[in-house]
Amino acid sequence: MSYTFTLDGKVIPFVDGQTIIQAASAAGVFIPHLCYHPEFKPHGSCKLCTVKVNGRHTASCTMRAAPGMVVESETEEINAERRALTQMLFVEGNHFCPSCEKSGNCQLQATAYHLGMMSAHYDHFFPNRAVDASHPEALLDFNRCILCSLCVRASRDVDGKNVFGLSGRGIKTHLIVNAKSGRLADTDFTLADKAAQVCPVGVILKKRQGFAVPIGERKYDKAPISQTAETTEGR
Amino acid sequence: MHAEAVAGVVDRVINRYRRDPTCMLQILREVQEACDWIPPEAIDRMQAMLGVPRTKIEGVAGFYSFIYTEPRGKYRVLFSDNITDRMQGNRALMERLCNNLWVERGKVSEDGLVSVGKTACTGLCDQGPGMLVNNYAIGGLSLERIDEIAELIRNKVPLADWPAAYFKIEDNIRRADILLNADFKPGEALLAARARAPSDGLNASNMRSWREGLPSGIGGPGATLDEIKRSGLRGRGGAGFTTGLKWEACRNAQLKAGHQRVVVCNADEGEPGTFKDRVLLSKCPDLVFEGMTVAAYAIGATRGFVYLRGEYRYLLDHLNAVLANRRRQNLLGKDICGLPGADFDIEIHVGAGAYVCGEESALIESLEGKRGTPRNRPPFPVTNGYLDQPTIVNNVETFAAAALIALNGGEWYAGIGTKQSAGTKIISVSGDCERPGIYEYPFGVSIRQVLEDCGATDTQAVQVSGPSGICVAEDEFDRIIGFEDIPTAGAFTIFNKSRDMFEVARNYVHFFQHESCGFCTPCRVGTSLLKNLMDKLHYGSGSPYDFAEIEKLNQLLQSMSHCGLGHTACNPVLDTIAKFRPAYDKRMMQQDFTPAFDLDRELSSARQMTGRDDAGAHLATEHGGQS
Repeated sequence: MSYTFTLDGKVIPFVDGQTIIQAASAAGVFIPHLCYHPEFKPHGSCKLCTVKVNGRHTASCTMRAAPGMVVESETEEINAERRALTQMLFVEGNHFCPSCEKSGNCQLQATAYHLGMMSAHYDHFFPNRAVDASHPEALLDFNRCILCSLCVRASRDVDGKNVFGLSGRGIKTHLIVNAKSGRLADTDFTLADKAAQVCPVGVILKKRQGFAVPIGERKYDKAPISQTAETTEGR
Repeated sequence: MHAEAVAGVVDRVINRYRRDPTCMLQILREVQEACDWIPPEAIDRMQAMLGVPRTKIEGVAGFYSFIYTEPRGKYRVLFSDNITDRMQGNRALMERLCNNLWVERGKVSEDGLVSVGKTACTGLCDQGPGMLVNNYAIGGLSLERIDEIAELIRNKVPLADWPAAYFKIEDNIRRADILLNADFKPGEALLAARARAPSDGLNASNMRSWREGLPSGIGGPGATLDEIKRSGLRGRGGAGFTTGLKWEACRNAQLKAGHQRVVVCNADEGEPGTFKDRVLLSKCPDLVFEGMTVAAYAIGATRGFVYLRGEYRYLLDHLNAVLANRRRQNLLGKDICGLPGADFDIEIHVGAGAYVCGEESALIESLEGKRGTPRNRPPFPVTNGYLDQPTIVNNVETFAAAALIALNGGEWYAGIGTKQSAGTKIISVSGDCERPGIYEYPFGVSIRQVLEDCGATDTQAVQVSGPSGICVAEDEFDRIIGFEDIPTAGAFTIFNKSRDMFEVARNYVHFFQHESCGFCTPCRVGTSLLKNLMDKLHYGSGSPYDFAEIEKLNQLLQSMSHCGLGHTACNPVLDTIAKFRPAYDKRMMQQDFTPAFDLDRELSSARQMTGRDDAGAHLATEHGGQS
């Protein structure tokens, strides 16, 4: 069956089982997001995709669409909240865009531009996170991890490998890999894995590829994230 | 411990848990009880025997405060650090123990013998300050007792040989009503529930109703559910959802092939200042278990769990003995009380130091042996709970009340309390009063009445329902406990006029920051930012700008957070700003913005390294606070 709801006044069609963000994407409407990826089970952790449904805040990636819903997304209030969440992600990790290999291809950076984030606003946490360069093909720079768990889901659900997982709790939550040594080199990870391709930031990087495409000519340098196809690829 | 010995321990524990990966947390907990921590070899063995990836095991182990993947010492001492413990001087006691044992706080002693740290409220506020040693609770700490404990540790005396008096936890029941006074014999409530059904209905129920919905009033289960609905009972965990509706929704939920309905007793009483479930489980476990069995009968469940918080580990053996006794009496097991098809049993799972597991969907995740992260809802547990099966999760006190309702009827219960809040409420009273302990009142009792009864004088404020609840000032003492005014899970923390309400709020903010599960951005980062702001005020660098930031953070936490922890994390701060503004104003050394960075404070580690703390080692600052 096919129904409709309204999103910022626009009529959005949907079919049974679709979430708000799925229906919106299909209708060509962009809702900012980081932990959501159309190919994976929704997670609902980054909260960037939060919208107001009939006046109540809810994550649009986990909320099923229902007939007649009145959804607000591109409002000053909600975008200010999204901007604050983005700033939180920036201060929680160590994100140095100008020197980051992922610059221009990074969803976090592109989302910050989209939301008009001009500064980090909050005091930086400057966490001490060691880089894992043990693997011959890939580099893990945990400094940029935003705990979206896309690599966890990709490795588990697509690759069938469980290379990645989350451990710790609260602000100490962190990404781990499936090896007694804790090093990527001691896992069965390869660049052919789906998990190698889904990181929305610059944690999982292919070695010897840095700056192959110059900054200024990269994905989000050419078009803002709101106008880019629904994918997290693009290095 | 050698690798083979570790493997032996792991094998024994895993086999006892039927090689079931959903028991991962229980397995980790028991392996740790034998090995003192979770060595990498234990994870190797678990990986092989349970057939789960290492990331999963390390992910679970890393989530819970009481599971250690690094050595923590043979004796693991954790001081309870609730605000009431602080008021009773826990800091000085911890310092004394550290000095006695020559160990630094938060670290393991060099000989690997002992580690000393702090933990959230251990539920001993009426007999604090409290501590846990290898997860066993000790209350009533004093300087003498601390010195004795240091001696026992130094002499490596096994915990089992420590004086039994240390581990004696008092019930301190000061006022009892229908629950705590119940003259109750095990099995009575079940027999009454059975007797309530008309005999033809009973047959009908035996033929088909155990797993199916039945028209109202027909059959034993339906009649029992009707009594619960008639009683007006609402959940005692704080939120106050109507119990009858929850049970009915679960009973009406469709069962998939191979599934069964599940009853879960939430005994993860982690809200600082609450300890009534501890007393209920210690004084009347049969009443609680019988309430669970009544629920199972009403909804057609066959499996039950008690999720017991790790801090109450000391109750486990006793509770298991009570369960065994009930099995012997045919109050658990197959055909309970001779009712064909009435099969139900209860298993106890013990938590491991994660407050968020009190949230029902996080609790279910934890029961399944996972990280205790609250789920996305809908779907709700009544339709998709434990292992995707229809599940009810109720508080300890709710089940105790349900047993009495099955026994005495819904009308009887509805006649107690107020119109919107039927029955009684057990309140855990602690803080500045002469008689801390457990008070059971019919709903509708005023705060003033409770304060009078417990001997509180010169009271400045009462934190009702713990940090996630409401802070009540003197002009509100005539407000009442009940869903029509102040709902509560049962904590009542009293502060007299000598207390600094800013420090109370700061303690609670530290608590939430520590207990955030870390799943969602606003709560994970927001509670940390909030903690930093409160610390900034504490150190004397606060300004009106910081107040504005706190207000903004509160809005963000309330609107964007994934679960109730994030929604309520700012409550103590906002309440105390609104009601005790002078406590904040006196910390405002600056009217404009002041940076959090304090050069003199940053030098503290250099002072520690050089062993110098004289005046010359300090930089003169205008507003040096103390830590």
